[in-house]
This record gives sequence, C-alpha cells and structure tokens, in this order.
Amino acid sequence: MTQIMTAENVHLYYGKKEALHGFDIGFDENQITALIGPSGCGKSTFLRCLNRMNDLIENVTITGSFKLQGEDIYSPRMDVVKLRKEVGMVFQQPNPFPLSVYDNIAFGLKLKGIKDKQVIDQIVEESLRKAAVWDEVKDNLKKDALAFSGGQQQRICIARVLAVQPKVILMDEPTSALDPVSNAKIEDTLVELKKDYTIIIVTHNMQQASRISDNTAFFLNGDLIESGKTKELFLTPKEKLTDDYLNGRFG
Amino acid sequence: MDDIKQKLLSKSKQTTEDRRGKILCYACLSLIIVLIVSILYFIINRGTATFTQNYLSLTQFLTGKQWNPGHHQIGALPMIVTSFLVTILAAILATPFAIGVAIFMTEYAPRKGTKALRAVIELLVGIPSVVYGYIGLMVVVPLVRKLIGGTGFGILAGTLVLFVMILPTVISLTADSLKAIPVSYRQAALALGATKWQAIYKIVLRAALPGILTAIIFGMTRAFGEALAVQMVIGNAVLMPEGLGTPTATLTSQLTSQMGNTVLGTVSNNALWSLALVLLLMSLVFNLLIRVITREGVIK
Repeated sequence: MTQIMTAENVHLYYGKKEALHGFDIGFDENQITALIGPSGCGKSTFLRCLNRMNDLIENVTITGSFKLQGEDIYSPRMDVVKLRKEVGMVFQQPNPFPLSVYDNIAFGLKLKGIKDKQVIDQIVEESLRKAAVWDEVKDNLKKDALAFSGGQQQRICIARVLAVQPKVILMDEPTSALDPVSNAKIEDTLVELKKDYTIIIVTHNMQQASRISDNTAFFLNGDLIESGKTKELFLTPKEKLTDDYLNGRFG
Repeated sequence: MDDIKQKLLSKSKQTTEDRRGKILCYACLSLIIVLIVSILYFIINRGTATFTQNYLSLTQFLTGKQWNPGHHQIGALPMIVTSFLVTILAAILATPFAIGVAIFMTEYAPRKGTKALRAVIELLVGIPSVVYGYIGLMVVVPLVRKLIGGTGFGILAGTLVLFVMILPTVISLTADSLKAIPVSYRQAALALGATKWQAIYKIVLRAALPGILTAIIFGMTRAFGEALAVQMVIGNAVLMPEGLGTPTATLTSQLTSQMGNTVLGTVSNNALWSLALVLLLMSLVFNLLIRVITREGVIK
C-alpha cells in the first residue's frame, strides 16, 4: 500500500508551549485513517497541519517534514492555495456559504477557473450524488444551503469539497454536531468515497472509528501513542495506554 | 398564624420598590412619546399649512424652480435635486473607500493597528460639523475654484465635505458587518483553495452585503440631514445646479440660512416648514429602507 501523505518528526508550538511532541505517521492511499484520542490531545491540531490551516493562527510554529506524494508541503515553493485544492477539509460544524446549494458546490470550480456551465452542472450533480445528498436537494438547487438540516448541510459541505477533486480529504469530527441518522448516512458516504479519495478523519467516537476506518492512530497529550490497522489496534493494542483508553479507563 | 397572614398580605418593601421602578420607566417613556408625537405634529401641521392655509400648489412646490416665498413662489425642486445629488455623490465616493478601509481593518491589519484605526475613526465622527465646514470653506472651496473655475461653491465642494464627514460612519458600520461574518465561512473558502482575497471578495463581502448597504444608507441619512457644513460651502443660491461648481442650495442649507429671517405664520415661514417636512419624510424613507434590507437578510 502506498502512502500518499507522510509526516515525520512533527513538532508544533503555540508560542513557546509545545503542543505536538514529535512523531512520525503515514497515510495509506484510498484508505480511511481515523485519529482518535481524548479532547485536547492534539489530533485536530495535527490534522490542520496537513492542509496548512494552522498558518491562519498567529504564533504557531511547526517543524518536521510533511509530504504529499513526496512533495514537501511546507517548502517555501509550495503554493498553499494549490495545496488546499489537493487536500480538502470538512469541518466539525457544517459551514455552507450563505448561498444556494448550487453556488456552494460551484464555488470551488469557479476558483479553478472553470466557466463552462455544462461542465459545472455536471460536476455539481456528480459531487452531490457522491455525497449522498443529491436526492434530497436536486429539486431545490437554488435554495439557500442554510435552509437545510444540519446533516444535509454537512453532506453539502462534503460535496463542496469533492467538487474540487482533491486527493486527500481531512475531516475534523464531521458528525459530532449531527443526529444519529445523519451520522449513519455520512459514515456510509465516507466508505463509498474511499474508492476515489484518501480520508483522514478525527473522531471522538470510537465506534465510528472502528466501523469505518482501515487504520487508526491514537493520540494522547500531543504524542502519537500507537497506530496501525484498525482491527489490530482495537482488538490487540500493543500499548497499555491504548488499551486503557479503548476500555474507557480514562478520557 | 395571624402573624404570618398579616406578613404575607402587606406589601413588602421590595414589592413597592419594584412597582416604583416600573412606574418611573413608564413615566420616562410617556414623556419621550409625547415629545416625539408633538414634534411630528408640529412639523406636519406647519409643513402642510403652505398648501392647506396659503393655498399654494403642491405640484409647484415639487416641480417649480422659482423660490421666493415672499412672492408666493415656492418651487423647491432645485433644493430637492441638490440635496439628493450631494447625498448620492458623497455616498458613491465614500463607498469604495469605506469598504477598502473596513476590509483592511477586519481582514489584514494586526489587532493593534485595528484598534488605533478605530480610535482615529471614532475621533473623526466626533468632530463638530462646523469644523468640517470651516475646512471646506478654507481648503475645499478654493481647490474646487482652481480645478473647475467659477466661485468654487456648489455641489462638488458640498460632496467633498460630506464625503469626509460620512466616511467614518460608513467605515465603522461596514467594518462591524464584516466582523459579524462567521470565521467559519472564511475557513471554508480558504480550505477549498481560495486565496484570501477570493474569500473576502466572493464570500465575506457577499454575505455582508445587507450590512454594507445599511452602512451606506446610514451615511446617506447623515449626508442628507447635514446642514451647517453644507451651508458653508454650497453657495446658498436657490438655483438649479448647472454644473458641479455653480452655487446652489440644499433643503437643509436653505433652512439654516433662512430660519432667522421669517416670522411664524407667514408664507415664507410655512414654506420653510414644508422643506423641513420633506427632510422628515426622507429620513423616514431611509429608515424604512434600512428595515427592509435588514429584514430581507442576504440579497440574492
């Protein structure tokens, strides 16, 4: 299995305080990798390193080597805007733009300079289908995206990312703000999506990690404690800390 | 038992205080309502007297170009036109600058810079209009004279002074509306591979459009109602403006310059009240516009 993204010797500082303490991790292509761990363990912080969203926060220093298909994403020559087209992101809270569903999905295409209406129409439909929300919105494409339910909004956001056709999709607890039914729909969607995309998902929900992910990485206090095949990690964890966390002895 | 009954049935000190507070609030409110209603009544009553008591024609008032109330000529069109022209031109001039500065304040400037800028802008709001007018008279009018000839008094000078005067209002209201746009929109746009400018231009400005329009209309309300500073640079001749540099008058400038020269109850006096009525109605229109825009939310 080839690794599409790798991170080595990751250190991250908020001001002088070290939040990530140096670890190595890789992500298999066309697989779902779940990042689990208690709140504040650094998993979301690490996720935001992978598309350089941490650049937006003042006073953050990141060291280590982050590579997407062998290219250093923190190299001065790397165009952040292009990187983010390759590494998409879905946030914890559904955050569609206050525009119509259609315009939400078309936003990324217009950024790419695609102007042909037919092409846009086609990709909008495709993306919404892949995100399993097409049937619910197809008659209301001109309707304000904010008028839909939270679960539908989140799938619209997923479709919006898919339309840009990234290689990797980062997801920061994408279902934690949603009801169980929406949650299940999104989980099904993700499993479908891994045929075409590599997905890295941060989740609080260990059942979710075990249901959908191929690989799991367990974080604690800014360290990567253990990572590996999800089945192995859940059934036969190598580290005592992992075992304790999975069995609810802390966290 | 009787003791307790007695205690519960008599009013406690707190209850009395509560009631007193309530009465005080209602009293203040009633006073304000009476004040507003009487002002409105007075303006409407006096303002319509020109037409109901002096039997002058409303059509003449709205379309006539001759203003000489002493001789029963009350054509207010030149003032209405000039008022709208300076207001709209000032707003058109101020809007791009205001949006630019507001974007800088909310998106680009470091926090300290924003604070300093805000302080300066608030200071500008606080400068009395007579000071703006004085600067207008001493600096802007000669400049206009040099640029386009004539006396220098007129619409261009008025526009430039109003532009500076409404700029701080429009900037701070625009900045507030930009700041109210959730960070999550910006993050979503950036995460999709938008540049910072694309995120601002395509998402933030669009989402903030109702707020920005409201800011512009607030600026226009201020420009429309500004009297003193405009009076000092507009030329004060009730003539149809022939160009940007010919002396003319606005509704407000005519009011301030003439109100000392008329006697209550005369036609001249009533005609001025009619001008005041137009101002009142226009501010009502501006207010309604703001309400419609804020209620409609995002304009598609």
